[in-house]
Amino acid sequence: MEHTIAVNPWASLAYLVAGVCFILALRGLSSPTSSQRGNRFGMIGMTIAVVTTLIVHVPMKAMVVAGGPVFIDGQRGMILDPQTLGEILVAIFIGAAIGIITARRIAMTAMPQLVAAFHSLVGLAAVLVAGAAFLNPGAFGIAEAGVIFTQSRIEMGLGVAIGAITFSGSVIAFLKLNGNMGGKPIMLPGRHVINLAVLAGILGLVAYFTQDQSPWVFWTITGLSFAIGFLLIIPIGGADMPVVVSMLNSYSGWAAAAMGFTLHNTAMIITGALVGSSGAILSYIMCRAMNRSFISVIAGGFGGDSGGGAAAAATDRPWKRGSAEDAAFLMSQAEQVIIVPGYGMAVAQAQHVLREMADKLKEEGVRVKYAIHPVAGRMPGHMNVLLAEANVPYDEVFELEDINSEFAQTDVAFIIGANDVVNPAAKTDKSSPIYGMPVFDVNKAKTVLFIKRSMGGVGYAGVDNDVFYQDNTMMLLADAKKMVEEIVKALG
Amino acid sequence: MDFISILSIFVMAVFVGYYVVWSVTPALHTPLMAVTNAISSVIIVGALIASAAIGIGGTGATSKWLGLLAVVLASVNIFGGFAVTARMLAMYKKKDRPAAGSK
Repeated sequence: MEHTIAVNPWASLAYLVAGVCFILALRGLSSPTSSQRGNRFGMIGMTIAVVTTLIVHVPMKAMVVAGGPVFIDGQRGMILDPQTLGEILVAIFIGAAIGIITARRIAMTAMPQLVAAFHSLVGLAAVLVAGAAFLNPGAFGIAEAGVIFTQSRIEMGLGVAIGAITFSGSVIAFLKLNGNMGGKPIMLPGRHVINLAVLAGILGLVAYFTQDQSPWVFWTITGLSFAIGFLLIIPIGGADMPVVVSMLNSYSGWAAAAMGFTLHNTAMIITGALVGSSGAILSYIMCRAMNRSFISVIAGGFGGDSGGGAAAAATDRPWKRGSAEDAAFLMSQAEQVIIVPGYGMAVAQAQHVLREMADKLKEEGVRVKYAIHPVAGRMPGHMNVLLAEANVPYDEVFELEDINSEFAQTDVAFIIGANDVVNPAAKTDKSSPIYGMPVFDVNKAKTVLFIKRSMGGVGYAGVDNDVFYQDNTMMLLADAKKMVEEIVKALG
Repeated sequence: MDFISILSIFVMAVFVGYYVVWSVTPALHTPLMAVTNAISSVIIVGALIASAAIGIGGTGATSKWLGLLAVVLASVNIFGGFAVTARMLAMYKKKDRPAAGSK
């Protein structure tokens, strides 16, 4: 065949350089100042990889002169195939146009959905590449006389399986995050047995694929993997989405790595390993921040109960209601205010007006800080991006462990759209579903201002929050954005 | 390249990834996901090979079209991923008025 894999040492070297660029891209993210340079490294690496591939695998066709094939030194003469090259460039152009327009238009609050959608594309692309390699293995140099090498069959089988799981899982995650599908977990009876059976089926077929390269084996692996991706994500509730999104991020990396093994391509292997470990670490951080094991998140079913018992008990306890004017007065008199944002702020799109409020307070001489819990929002770092969008300087934004000790010396803790991450039950109540989860000690602040839609709803974990009923807590019951707007007005 | 060399690269890269990702500041975790998404689209390399290959017979032609479709999808991700990452990173700013902080 015309194409053999990585025989060209210059190409191998170029792919290696691309891989190093990708490492530098992630390295740049260690601080916001170097991050933009990091992103440029990523683009350079990708350009190197694409251009190298286009040069090494330039589309060729047989040379035909006067109706007959031409032979040069006993080999069939080949010339550039402009049509195929054109098709490839058009394909890149279409993708680029869709990608850039989407990236420009997307609202920052919709970032979790966008990332899920992008993951699904990587997954589907991996499936298509594996499919193409299966149908035309000669072009990838992984077969002799139509018989695919055993090792390549395993890599290809695993690659297509992980790609398909990434695709269907991300589609479900997208539908849930985008609100096309309820955030509530959907529980099938006997789902654990079904999932394990499907998973065993996939692995069994990958093993059998080494013995029999019939199309039905390959396509059944693909089909079963689509099914398992779907089955794995539907029972997972909205609050666990940060873990799911990170996990799918990881899978998309492993899919790329598996294809890299098939194609013996260092750029793909390095990238796959980087992305795979990145997603895995993020999943780990998210699980740790909820004090839940990865297995229990994957098993699903969390966050669907409305917590009937706790909610009923809630109505009996006394609580204080405050107005926007009260809140404005309390905060303007404070020395330090810590704002704790949560998913509710994203839903209400309250980040811009929140920043206005912080500006007014700063004019009054109040120190304002933001405290972000690792699982606040629907994806890792979700709150940070929204605050950055609202022009909140990143050196006013703090992580849980850096700021938690400050609540005791803080006059006002201002909670907007968060609930479970400030629930002291996580520390005191062993029977609570969120027991053990690291939380903000907002109850130690002199005053707690708690913005909430109504007293009826409880957090995603479905547990009541003692902070509501504390003597020093003032509940501000309203839509987060409206309430903050009124506070801004009251601050004058 | 033989399997062991490739495996070595893979294992080393996993370790590099592990240490590099732990050094990423949590504030940039969303851009991290966006950029990892963009770079995992390096799978476009496989798609380009499939598209450029000479299709022989029915399956060869199908293979080529699958490759071209994968090129489109991966391009959406590459351009969209890098663009959205750049857009996010441009929003992260330090305090612009140091006087406000010292009050």
